[in-house]
Amino acid sequence: MAMQFYASPEQVQRDRSEYARKGIARGRSAVVLTYEGGILLVAENITTLRKISEIYDKIAFAAVGRYNEFESLRRAGVRMADMLGLSYDRRDVTGRALANAYTQTLGAIFSETQKPYEVELCVAQVGASPEQDELYRVTYDGSVMDEPGFMAMGGQAEAISNVLRERHDTAADLQTALALAAEALGSVGGENGQARTLTAKQLEVAVLDRRRQGRAFRRLTGAALTTLIGHESVPEAELGDVDAAPPAPGEAKPTISAASADTEETPPEKS
Amino acid sequence: MATGFDPSGRLPDFFTNTGTSSFTQFLSQAAPEMLPGRRPLPPGLSGDVAPHGTTIVAIATADGVVMAGDRRATMGNLIASRDIRKVHPADSYSLIGIAGTAGIGIELIRLFQVELEHYEKIEGAMLSLDGKANRLAAMVRGNLGAAMQGLAVVPLFAGFDLSPSDRARAGRIFSFDVAGGLYEETGYEAIGSGSLFAKSALKKRYRAGVSTADAITLAVEALYDAADDDTATGGPDVTRKIYPVVMTATANGTQRLSDEEITTVAERVVQGRMENPGG
Repeated sequence: MAMQFYASPEQVQRDRSEYARKGIARGRSAVVLTYEGGILLVAENITTLRKISEIYDKIAFAAVGRYNEFESLRRAGVRMADMLGLSYDRRDVTGRALANAYTQTLGAIFSETQKPYEVELCVAQVGASPEQDELYRVTYDGSVMDEPGFMAMGGQAEAISNVLRERHDTAADLQTALALAAEALGSVGGENGQARTLTAKQLEVAVLDRRRQGRAFRRLTGAALTTLIGHESVPEAELGDVDAAPPAPGEAKPTISAASADTEETPPEKS
Repeated sequence: MATGFDPSGRLPDFFTNTGTSSFTQFLSQAAPEMLPGRRPLPPGLSGDVAPHGTTIVAIATADGVVMAGDRRATMGNLIASRDIRKVHPADSYSLIGIAGTAGIGIELIRLFQVELEHYEKIEGAMLSLDGKANRLAAMVRGNLGAAMQGLAVVPLFAGFDLSPSDRARAGRIFSFDVAGGLYEETGYEAIGSGSLFAKSALKKRYRAGVSTADAITLAVEALYDAADDDTATGGPDVTRKIYPVVMTATANGTQRLSDEEITTVAERVVQGRMENPGG
């Protein structure tokens, strides 16, 4: 029996890529797209283990693949962002810096370790207008791409992307954007290639709201999400929250304080 | 920035490991020089080298808490600042004020703010109010060495408890000592050089279940009384229009009183004292 002593670097890279791609394709998908009011992040997820998370004021994170691996990357992102924000200022934390750190880390893991990370992730940063939004896709081998306003990750990402590419509209409102995201995610994985209709329970949804001062991230859950998916609009005040913070738009940002601007000013009356 | 970056460009292990949800504990590994209390100080007392912040009062109300601080920082017999801000939001439901060495206090506030937000983001849930107070106590404890050399700082922490054991007491106040001792206060509390006078004023006027609007006036009155008898506490500065910083924490979150609102309250208090200097 012949023992293989030599594997060419090309072969090794190919094997690792294939391994990582297979791992990622097994999981459920996620999409990120810009809309008129911000950036919408939607993942197909029936568990309470989250694929979407807040990183900083204007930055969110979404990932697919192996949970333990992207969770440790998410923590690293939060830690890095908080450290940068404390050393400099809240405005100096950028999505690009995070994307750079992720690509370096994933690239090093891919080329140096036996097993590459089976993850694909998105760093999204919301701007003042849809043109200023930034979406970075970072893949298992450390390559990074700046995506044009929408992206799909995970199993059959290509098919999902096609649906988004045809219908994505930066001027769409939240309802329309969410309907498109749910339809795109449901366009694959049905029996005999049929489309599925995803309900609120099957989706993890969050937005980076470009009109919010301070922490722009908030999750859409429960009744608000069900209503939105049922194509009815929901009043702004009932849209849901950051994990813990109340909705509170403000004006200026204090530079002496390291707290987010939304803790300073008058919150809207809750009716 | 972080020490020990891997030459491959990979984030060091302490960024990615599960470790802790605490930002200060993470910093102690990633960048210990960013933590106060870790810096070697020259021997001897060094309390006179930096400005000192003075009086803060906190009052529990029917809807939450009110915290107010005067605007003065002193250095010996000099006024180091007329408009320093010593009351800040710690997160969306709690407030922190500081008395003592201003520089260390401000650093403590910034670190504490990041600590709370960091936990929220990592865990996807907010710390309980008691959890926040305990974290702050641990951070004050870390400064004990510097405190012994004259660079003491003592915070006052108050917040709206989202899951209180008693609904009527959702607004809670915590005080600390330099050694990191944590004490929950009933009704009201004051810290800093003018706290004796502020507390005496509050003792006579505070009633449980006071409304937020009344508590704001009470707090400004108490600071006026402190400034009346303590040189290190600044009273309302009518010529420069510098008035105390007043913040509230209620079910609607934290909020700072706007300049117009505080001007109205402070001018009314000053007007009252024109007729009756003792209040």
